[in-house]
Amino acid sequence: MSTLEPIAMPEKVSSEMEHTTGAPEKKGRRKKSAAGDAARAISSPWASVAAIVIAVLWTIPTIGLLVTSFREQRAINTSGWWTSFSDPGAYTLENYRQALAPGSSASLSQYFINTIVITIPAVLLPLFLASLAAYAFAWMPFPGRDALFVAVFALQIVPLQVALIPLLDIYVSRLGIGASYWSVWLSHTIFALPLAVFLIHNFMRELPAELMEAARVDGAGHVTIFFRILLPLLTPALAAFGIFQFLWVWNDLLVSLVFLGGTPDVAPITVRVAELSGSRGSAWYLLSAGAFISMIVPVAVFLALQRYFVRGLLAGGLKG
Amino acid sequence: MTSHVLVGVAGAIPEPLLRAQSVAGKFFLMFFAIALFAVVFGLVLLIASLFKGKTGERFQGVLFAGPAVLLLAVGLMYPAILTIIQSFRGKSGEGSFSVENYQQMFTEPELLLVLRNTAIWVILVPFIATGVGLVYAILIDRARGEAFSKALIFLPMAISMVGASIIWKFVYQYKQTSRPQIGLLNAILKALGFETQQFLINAPLNTFMLIIVMVWIQAGFAMTVLSAAIKAIPDEILEAAKLDGVQAFKMFRFITLPSIRPALVVVITTIGIGTLKVFDIVRTMTGGQFDTSVVANEFYNQSFRYDAGGLGAALAVLLFVLVIPIVVYNIFQMRKEA
Repeated sequence: MSTLEPIAMPEKVSSEMEHTTGAPEKKGRRKKSAAGDAARAISSPWASVAAIVIAVLWTIPTIGLLVTSFREQRAINTSGWWTSFSDPGAYTLENYRQALAPGSSASLSQYFINTIVITIPAVLLPLFLASLAAYAFAWMPFPGRDALFVAVFALQIVPLQVALIPLLDIYVSRLGIGASYWSVWLSHTIFALPLAVFLIHNFMRELPAELMEAARVDGAGHVTIFFRILLPLLTPALAAFGIFQFLWVWNDLLVSLVFLGGTPDVAPITVRVAELSGSRGSAWYLLSAGAFISMIVPVAVFLALQRYFVRGLLAGGLKG
Repeated sequence: MTSHVLVGVAGAIPEPLLRAQSVAGKFFLMFFAIALFAVVFGLVLLIASLFKGKTGERFQGVLFAGPAVLLLAVGLMYPAILTIIQSFRGKSGEGSFSVENYQQMFTEPELLLVLRNTAIWVILVPFIATGVGLVYAILIDRARGEAFSKALIFLPMAISMVGASIIWKFVYQYKQTSRPQIGLLNAILKALGFETQQFLINAPLNTFMLIIVMVWIQAGFAMTVLSAAIKAIPDEILEAAKLDGVQAFKMFRFITLPSIRPALVVVITTIGIGTLKVFDIVRTMTGGQFDTSVVANEFYNQSFRYDAGGLGAALAVLLFVLVIPIVVYNIFQMRKEA
């Protein structure tokens, strides 16, 4: 997810989320699909073999590093991880202990905390700002509205590389927030806004106008409507974008590298692990544990929020 | 003029609100930021709710959309314009007007190599990743354990490219042929009786080894979107085709493929744009050495390591220019479908 700045529509997002869990499979007769039929008709055993080959190819590299992260430092560098299965007693948590031990020079715990501190505001800020803007673009008449919306939409294609250096200059010499969390919070917010405004706006336009009109007749102002009526209805869209943004920020390397550098005060774990890979490329005991420490949260959050998101979708009924 | 005001602000931010050493300090900063944000927006919304009537309503709209628009103008548009200007001001980005950087980009052998590598990436990754994703989506469609099979391919999308790079760097790990191997790929080569390879150092092989990592990450995205598209094909069409005795392959060629065409276009172009900007993988695995650099990586190196801000800016602008045709193609295809 980290590379993608999807130009996807909300329904794309939703179908994607729905089908990866596969959990809430609709009851009733199992639908046939042309492609499935095709595969089965060609020759079922070969189709299964091909699927298994792909699945194995896609899984083995991760398993290899995962197994390695539980092996002793010396064993890692003298024998292949696949040989370790013959001696299951030799596995150890020592690599993780070293990687997390506070105070040691190899410790990643500081960086891990930096990642958390960076990520939470960098998800909340754009979500809230984009919802407000999307509401204005969808339901409030003001001069120049449509032109502005098109401009925001068009900004999706600007690669963030184009903005990095002047932005860094603004942070350092004009705002005095260079190499601080503030610079990455702001940057992630800015870079997320075009897509967020676009996705949430699309979702808002799907809501019935009568809803807003009825509330207006009852004397509710925009602020009330936004908080009382829209935000609750928006939960599925916010969750969808929230997952994107969370994975994006947690997994980001470039933005943090440019604005924060590598200091333990502020740098996130991705920056540190990438740095270790360059400077201590053969310290696999540290790299393997570090890599999995950095992965565990996004994988867990992704799997957990996915279900929540699908439930929200089915209850809220996105696009019929 | 504004810059002077801002400099005034800069001096006013006390150090404890900028950086923190301790865990408690860091979390304090985080909650402080969120609280500050909440207070500022509480005020904005309070002001907004005070405006009544037709004119007031317009002003409310400005207040709602204003913060996002302002951030985008100052944080994205303005810097982008500065970068474009900088790219025309010589290697350092501070000289007088010249097209030197662009000239250099298309003539200097090292930079031509960067362009060539980027082209290889952008051609190979979207098609291979989409191909694998499509084949896999078809193979496991309605099969037993579909959700689990999908998760296996999809999970690489949830992890960072840095993590993915480490995983694959270990697969590619090199030891001399005579010694015990710890990298899986070289172990296989050795078992088959070949010499072990320095996969990340031997050019041009290494670029392809890096491309595999990106394909590994993106195939899950392709698989998920295409799988959803396949499931959306109406039953009636399939039943009718089956009654007519259409063969499996023809069914795929003339029914499945045309039905999922819009999804295919979205997938290929989205992966293409992502690939164009690929940075993390190259930086983590080779740092762009051994002839593996790509535009996004070269942008970083020129700007931050070689102090060639102008050339870096030109490379960023090139990225921008290369993204545009892909997006335009995407929009045209969507129009055609609609």
